[in-house]
Amino acid sequence: MLLIILLIFMIAGAIIALETKNLLSAVIAVGAVGAGVSICFLMLGAPDIAITQMAVETLSLVILIRATISRDLTHVTAQKEVGGLIAIGVFMAIFVLFSTFALMEIPSFGKPLMTVSSHYVQNGLAQTGASNIVSAIILDYRGYDTLGEATILFVAVAGAIVLLRKKGRKKVGEKDE
Amino acid sequence: MLIYVLCIILFAIGLYGIVVKKNLVKIIISFGILDYSVNLFFILLGYKRDGIAPIMMKGQDKAQFVAQAVDPLPQALVLTSIVIGLGITILMVAIAIRLYDKYGTFDVMKMRKLKG
Repeated sequence: MLLIILLIFMIAGAIIALETKNLLSAVIAVGAVGAGVSICFLMLGAPDIAITQMAVETLSLVILIRATISRDLTHVTAQKEVGGLIAIGVFMAIFVLFSTFALMEIPSFGKPLMTVSSHYVQNGLAQTGASNIVSAIILDYRGYDTLGEATILFVAVAGAIVLLRKKGRKKVGEKDE
Repeated sequence: MLIYVLCIILFAIGLYGIVVKKNLVKIIISFGILDYSVNLFFILLGYKRDGIAPIMMKGQDKAQFVAQAVDPLPQALVLTSIVIGLGITILMVAIAIRLYDKYGTFDVMKMRKLKG
């Protein structure tokens, strides 16, 4: 019940974030959505993810404010394009169709399948020695996933540094080639 | 079942924002909303009624723990996915700041001209 109220709050926050005119208030509204997701994780028995989501949320809020603050309120073309509306209509129709198919297939809320993960829950402590099964999975059973995640984060940060660099490598008088 | 539908509505709002909005910052925000809804959907799929977190306490009965713990596998996958979402946001914000420096606006309709 509380989860449904939280989800409705998050949907309202998302709509406000998309429809408000001021960019700074949009960024703050999406921060509210992220905090709501974090509380949902906490209530669904996932404290590790709630902590991670809170930290990531704070960081991305700071980054987005860095992008929007001290930029002037940019005027955006107001008129809606007919092509965009038709495209979103087609997208939504296909999406609703497939999600209806999916909702018929998936197990109902509160009864997970747990085919592979019952093995992890039963043998996790004996095989890895970690009392937290989630950390046993990410650091032991699926360690290569975590390696790939670290690589992606490194590449993203390197790309951001390269994009935001003000000075080029070339000297001032040097010619273009 | 209602909770899945609400999660899908959140996904649809993000999709709408990506397709319709003309402001770059709004598009980045829509990507973030998509990210949240997909992560939340995975965790919802792994929830067990009256479940506890999959962390074994000292002196806890093992059979009871196995019966009550929620699914740990989606949690491990979502932990990876959240961090990757942060990387995507960083890269998109960097590109948006660069485009603002070049064109002086966040409006995608005014960025159609390619300058050398």
